[in-house]
This record gives sequence, C-alpha cells and structure tokens, in this order.
Amino acid sequence: MSGTTKIKPGHKQPSLRGRDEPPLLKFTLIGVSLLFLLVFLVLPLLNVFIQAFSKGFAHYLKALAHPDTLSAIKLTLIVSAISVPLNTLFGIAASWAIAKFEFNGKTLLITMIDLPFSVSPVVSGMMFMILFGLQGFAGPWLDQKDIQIIFAVPGLVLVTLFVTFPFVARELIPIMQAAGAEQEQAAMTLGANGWQTFWHITLPSIKWGLLYGVILCNARAMGEFGAVSVISGHITGQTDTMPLRVEKLYNEYQGAAAFSVASLLGLLALLTLCLKSFLEWKTRRSHALAQNAIAESPPPT
Amino acid sequence: MSIELRNVTKEFGSVAAVRNIGFSVNDGELVALLGPSGCGKTTVLRMIAGLEEPTAGDILIRNERVNDLSVQKRNIGFVFQSYALFKNMTVHNNITFGLKIKKWRRADIKARVQELLVLFGLEGLEKRYPHQLSGGQRQRVAIARSMAPKPSVLLLDEPFGAVDAKIRQELREWLVRLHHELNVTTLFVTHDQEEAMEVASRIIIFSRGQMEQIGKPREVYDQPANEFVARFIGVMNVLELEVTDGIGRINELEFPAHGHSDGTRLRIGFRPYAVQVSTDLTMYRYQAVLRHTFFLGILLRLEFELPSGLIVRARMTKEEYAQLGLNDDQKVSLQIRQYRLLAAESAPLTPETTASYDMPPSSGENI
Repeated sequence: MSGTTKIKPGHKQPSLRGRDEPPLLKFTLIGVSLLFLLVFLVLPLLNVFIQAFSKGFAHYLKALAHPDTLSAIKLTLIVSAISVPLNTLFGIAASWAIAKFEFNGKTLLITMIDLPFSVSPVVSGMMFMILFGLQGFAGPWLDQKDIQIIFAVPGLVLVTLFVTFPFVARELIPIMQAAGAEQEQAAMTLGANGWQTFWHITLPSIKWGLLYGVILCNARAMGEFGAVSVISGHITGQTDTMPLRVEKLYNEYQGAAAFSVASLLGLLALLTLCLKSFLEWKTRRSHALAQNAIAESPPPT
Repeated sequence: MSIELRNVTKEFGSVAAVRNIGFSVNDGELVALLGPSGCGKTTVLRMIAGLEEPTAGDILIRNERVNDLSVQKRNIGFVFQSYALFKNMTVHNNITFGLKIKKWRRADIKARVQELLVLFGLEGLEKRYPHQLSGGQRQRVAIARSMAPKPSVLLLDEPFGAVDAKIRQELREWLVRLHHELNVTTLFVTHDQEEAMEVASRIIIFSRGQMEQIGKPREVYDQPANEFVARFIGVMNVLELEVTDGIGRINELEFPAHGHSDGTRLRIGFRPYAVQVSTDLTMYRYQAVLRHTFFLGILLRLEFELPSGLIVRARMTKEEYAQLGLNDDQKVSLQIRQYRLLAAESAPLTPETTASYDMPPSSGENI
C-alpha cells in the first residue's frame, strides 16, 4: 500500500512472441488468407454487380421494375416485416426466461432454440409441408375452412419464422446472463412494475445486442432460400420471394435480370456487414465500460 | 415495531435455507444480521424486501403483515451487495428513478435530489455514470437511491463487501453518522463480526439457517449464548470437561462443577483476556510454556502450552508483555480468572446454560 513500486497496468508490455515469428511465415499466412477472401468472397460478390450492370444501368433499372420482380421484392419485405418483429419478441421473451429464472426444462429450451441452426432449411420446409400440406396432418381441415397456408404468404412467414428464430435469442441470452437480475430487482424495490422495469432498465442494457440480433435475423429472413422454396409453390408474381425470383430468372436465361435482383440481396449483405461491425464495436465498448464499472477505477474527485 | 418476523422458514427445494426464525427490529434501530457465508442471512433480508417468498411464517413491516404485498408496495429501501446501479443512467437519474416511478412532483424531486446529493457528499457528480465513480461513491449513490423515496426501512446486503479495507472503515463510520441523522430503521447483513460490533446497536447472529443469539454487541461478546457465538464473536478458548467428584476436568485443568453428576460432559469457554500470567512459577496454579507470540498492534495474542500439550490462548497489551519480560519458550504460571459454561451448538437457550462464573479468588487451592 506504500505505493513505492506501483506498476501501472497501462504500461504493461504485451507479449512479443508474435513478433518473433519469421517474417516469411507471417506474410505467407496473411497472403493465403487474403487470397482466399479475394477468390471466394470479394470476386464473386463483385461479379454479381458486374453481371447486373453488364447490359447497362437502364437495363438494370428495367429488370428491377418488372412487375413480377417488384412483387417479389414486396413479398420479401412483407415476410420479413412480419417474421422479424415476431422473432424479436420471441427472442426477448426466451432470453429473459432463460437468463432471469430457474425452471425445469431450461436446458431443453436452450437446445430447442438452436434447432433451426442444425436442421437443413429444406427439411424445415418439409416439416411445414407435412403439417399443413393437403397430404399433411392439418391440411384437409384447413382446406375445409378455406384457410391457405401452403403456397401462400402465411406459409412463407411460418417457415421464415422457424428458420430465423435463433438469431435474436442467441444474441441476447449471454448479454442478459452477464447482466444478472439485480438491476431489475433494484428497480422493483424502488416501485417499478414489470413493464417499467423492462422499458427503463432491461431494454437500454440490451439494446445494441438486440439490434445486432435483429439485423442478422432480417438478413436471413430476406435471404432464406431452401425452406421458402419448398413451401412457396413458385407462383410467379404471387409467392416468389427475392431469392426464388433470382433462381427463376436465372433458369429462364435472363442472367442480367437475375443478377440485378441478386445485387439487391448483395447490397443488403454489405449493409448488414457494416451495421454488424458497428454494433459489435458498440457492444464491445459498453461491455468494456461495464467491466470498468466492476473493476476498481476511482477517478479524481 | 418496524420489522418483525414470526416463525419464518424458507426452503429451496428440499433444502431449508432459513428455519423457523423470529425477531423484531424497533423503530430507528440499526441492526446487523451476522453470520458466516451461506447461513441464510441474505435470504432473510430478501424475504423482508419481498424478493423471496417465505415458505412459512409471517413478515411484518410497521405492524402490517406484508407476505402478500409485492416488492413494489412494501416501501423498503434495498441496497445490493453489488450496488446494482443502473449502468445506463447518471447519478442524478439513478437517484430520481424511484421518485419518477412514484410520480413525485417535479419540484419535489428536484428538492429531494439536492438534499440527498448534499447529505451523501455527491455534489458535482450528478452527471457521472456509475462506471465513472469510485467504489465508495457507488455505494453512496446506491444508498441515496434507495433512500430517495423515503422508505420506512432500509435493508443493506453486505454494504461494505465490495470496497477495500481502508474505504470500508470510513464507510462504517459514515453509515453510523448517517443513521444518527436520518434515524431510519436499518437492517444490514454482514459476515464480518468486527463490522457488526462496531456499527450495529443490536446483532442477530445466524448460523446454518437458524438464529443463535440476538443482543447488543457487548452482550453477545460477554455472554455468548452458545459455542458457535462464542467462537464467531472474537476469540475464545473452548474446552470439553468431564465431571468427577463435582469437578470438571480436562487434562490438568480443573473447574468447579457443583450440581453436575459424575460422568457428565460440559463445555466451557473463556476469553483470552481472562487468562492471568506470571513469570513467578509459584504465583498461579498451572505451569505452562509460552509457545507463540502474535503481534496485533497494541495487543498481543499469546499461546501457552500446558505440560499435557493443551494450548491456552491469552491476550495482553504491549505494556503488560514488556512488564512481564516474556520470551518465547519461557516457563510461566497461569490461571483462568473467568469462564463460561457453554451450551452445545444450536441447543435451546436457557438462562442456566448461558450463566457466567467467576473463579473463586482462591481457586488455585480450593478445587
């Protein structure tokens, strides 16, 4: 406590081991990684845009303005506009339950949340086909009541919900577990009800993680192909989403038009990537602040 | 009566964390719940707050049964061990949170915050976030926040657990002063007996989910109800005696045991300060050798070994030690001035089992 030989943590030198590696090895490793990225990621994505604009900007716009393409864009937006908010709610509820309460079957719930990640999207689509298709369990009854799920928007929403439901929950569970329940309990002792506690205490502490989960969820909801393909029925202008539209155009030898639609999805991917990096930086920062709050760091008063 | 518990039990699954406890805290009292970690003291505090539900028994706050009252409606202030400050809010917003929730008028909120900032020495820090505060400041914000809506009782869970030793001492003194000023009924949990002795006007001692003793610091120190309390509060020599011919014996030590039949086993305890030591080997009855000396500042703790190998712990001031001119491995004579008959751990408390005995002045010859 005398403070005569106090080592300042900020002045600690990081290990120099990494620098001792032979430069040749270092450059080879970096080179190989960059080359791989270039060949398998950058060039293909670049090619999408090159192909999209291969017949000029006017043709690009015309391809996008095609009524069937417009309807596909609209459908994709509708499907994600329904499934993303629902999965956001589900994700918050599930992570809340898992992080703040002890109950039987908790481990099972965590495993179940991961299920869509481990099931092939085609199988997910088939599952709903078996449930709601005409040959399925509920199919005949639904047909009788004139409720259409398969080959219609409800079916697309359902499979999209299924495929994307881990994203928000997976993102929030560790954040909520790390935060613990004490801030919420403190709010309750101060008189705040459940909703006030959630709104003033929980939501602000999870907002960046939540947004991150929502963005990933949205990217997947818009880009999902396999499960949607099984359930959609491929009715042009009615049940084609953007990824399905891309496939159809490509199969009809309308390469440039196919790549035009694909470029929109490509843009979405780039946008998602940017937002993702930004949010990762944000969460890391607030996490670091939280860490500081735990460690002793008295500022001058 | 501000807080009262009647036959309260709390079970987690099949494990009883708290068993059939009952005590009351008077208006304006500052009381410590003291016990080793895992003894159920925090569970008691959380039950009073309404954060845990008792399995059985009644909890009363201001003479009103609150078992079915939600946390929000109990009007208590609760300070968590980790402080649980709202990370995304400034000091000002942390303190005003409860007031806004309770829909105080804006002018009243402003006045109250100003009052609290002054009282808690937090002026100039209102715009800081929790991570920009020191440990001691965080704790003061946590208490200010819980006090803001004028709760009828204040509950603190290990309030000094998360700060280092030097600040802890300052905070203790500060808490006592604050309590004098506000006079709000306060119950705090601690595992540190020194802290409880110093701060509380009464101490409730817990072990393994049960109450061992309740009393003023002086009482629990001088008249421990049983062996657990005796060992937990300060240092005590505890011996198990066997009675023969009305005398309790262990090795060469003998204590009068009138009224106890032969073959009975008795446990007795004596504080280190009750041991008298002399370098004159004929002065006292027992011969012993000084084995170890521990310097604790102004006081020293000494360990003496009797010929049979029995260790007796004694305590004296630096001056006494110097006067006697003691050295390690020196032969001395000693006697035990005062001892207590101890009830077995967790045995029912009766006046008889907690009585204190003085050795007859001529005990050396008499026994």
